[in-house]
Amino acid sequence: MGQTLSEQILSHAAGRTVRSGDFVVIEPDVVMSHDSLTPGIIKILRQELGIEKVKYPERLVFSMDHVAPASTVGTADAQNLVRRFAQEHNIRLFEVGRGICHQVLVEEKIAMPGKVVIGSDSHSTSYGAVGAFGTGMGSTDVALAWATGKTWLRVPETLRVTVKGRFRIGVDAKDLALKLCREITIDGANYMTVEYHGLDWLPLSNRQTLASMAVEMGAKAGIVPPTGVIADDFPAPSWLSIDPEAVYARTVVVNLNDLEPQVSVPHAVDNVADVSDVAGTKVSVIFIGTCTNGRYEDLRIAADILRGKRVASGVRLIITPASSRELNRAAIDGTLSVLLEAGATLTTPGCGMCMGRHQGTLGEEDVCLSTANRNFKGRMGSPKARIYLASPAVAAATALKGVIADPREL
Amino acid sequence: MARVWKFGADIDTDQIVPGRYAPYMRPDADVGEAAFIEARPEFAKTAQPGDVIVALENFGCGSSREYAVEALRRRKVGAIFALSFARIFYRNALNLGIPLFQAPEIVEALQDGDEITLDIPNGRLIRGEQVFQLPELPKFARDILSAGGIIPYVRKYGRFPGEA
Repeated sequence: MGQTLSEQILSHAAGRTVRSGDFVVIEPDVVMSHDSLTPGIIKILRQELGIEKVKYPERLVFSMDHVAPASTVGTADAQNLVRRFAQEHNIRLFEVGRGICHQVLVEEKIAMPGKVVIGSDSHSTSYGAVGAFGTGMGSTDVALAWATGKTWLRVPETLRVTVKGRFRIGVDAKDLALKLCREITIDGANYMTVEYHGLDWLPLSNRQTLASMAVEMGAKAGIVPPTGVIADDFPAPSWLSIDPEAVYARTVVVNLNDLEPQVSVPHAVDNVADVSDVAGTKVSVIFIGTCTNGRYEDLRIAADILRGKRVASGVRLIITPASSRELNRAAIDGTLSVLLEAGATLTTPGCGMCMGRHQGTLGEEDVCLSTANRNFKGRMGSPKARIYLASPAVAAATALKGVIADPREL
Repeated sequence: MARVWKFGADIDTDQIVPGRYAPYMRPDADVGEAAFIEARPEFAKTAQPGDVIVALENFGCGSSREYAVEALRRRKVGAIFALSFARIFYRNALNLGIPLFQAPEIVEALQDGDEITLDIPNGRLIRGEQVFQLPELPKFARDILSAGGIIPYVRKYGRFPGEA
């Protein structure tokens, strides 16, 4: 019987052949946590487990991205606690401004094909962009992984997405991700891995967009096979390959040739419409950023639409690059200047306003069109604010018009 | 007697505790006070220890934030019944020792504001004259809950559930 990518990766990690439905106890290759939860994980380790030592400090990674730089004395003190802990235990820490954990671990090649990466963050599915098994866990599970070097998992079933065709102009991976949320729904992949096939041509940044949003369908992991254009940069181990005999719980086929720009409408990610159905909706804020869409390529798409033009009056365009490297790429080739000249404002690389804590928290009257991944009520600030999710191209077109706009009609 | 708090489908963790109310953001506050603070303020104000949550599909979707579960633990929620649970929430709840059941019959029968008696040791939930059987949990879940959560479990047995 053949094996899905998750079965292959978890079999390798468990040292025996496992199938979906099996329980395994494994040693994750990487255990990631960020500033929002690491202080609490340290507390669980010390107070509830009563230990000070981390089993494999070299496998831990800390990232300062959720409130970065600190916005209050409390967050500053919590971050300093994490810095001290990292220094005492010799743990890698990516500082304020370096960027979002999920972006940085890919840039630094800490997440690699075939690795098991667990993170204190639901968007840890992002590591599937390079063929890793990435999954999010709560603080207690992460604390136990620090203490024992291990975690337990149920091997997930796999939902196969088969993609046909190519994006038309003005349509990209975000539209595919939203279309999949629309088809599969918010819990249609609960407990499963989503495997994305037919995408050998898809660049890394687009794969990251897809994998980050697997969790929005309830998925435990979202894996794009590490084949095609990323294979040279992210070589797969010999034991990891697409198995034609693999058994899938369900297959969903999407044809890109007739995909329109998609917009997720308040207040659920799977409440998705074609852009034409919501065009004309007035917005007050446009946010371009996050682990889903804050990379150079996303900024470049926005810049190409905004070049030589100005953001509509009465609208704020807030851009938060996913990492310092992505910001620098945009600086070097002038993309950043185009955006600033169009009236955008720039914040520190990191999660930015995604979870409503700083750098653009929404008020009651705000209507935001965001390139992020969640539009739950209250996610970005006031529960009365409304959040639409869309691609960078739709975001830029919307910034230009002040109302939700189709980038193909500019 | 305990009160039933009934919710709809797809209650995300931002509804349970908004990210702005995380312990990271309010280190001196009790996160228990933030349980449903915006989505259901009367829960935040008046829920009593032992009260139960009843919800439709996909309860707890979204963020992995364990403090959403921690808030419910601090409120001493007696159990959560739903048509289904989001994966990370289910695991976090077991880890923190909150009993949770996929129980379509109970979800359908119970209404918001019902007064009930929850009798987990005997596998029963009682409303007036009616007695509902609690569905049996998977073995790993029973084992974790009877230890009082994953940390007491690992401390007691020196291993994870299912580990040799």
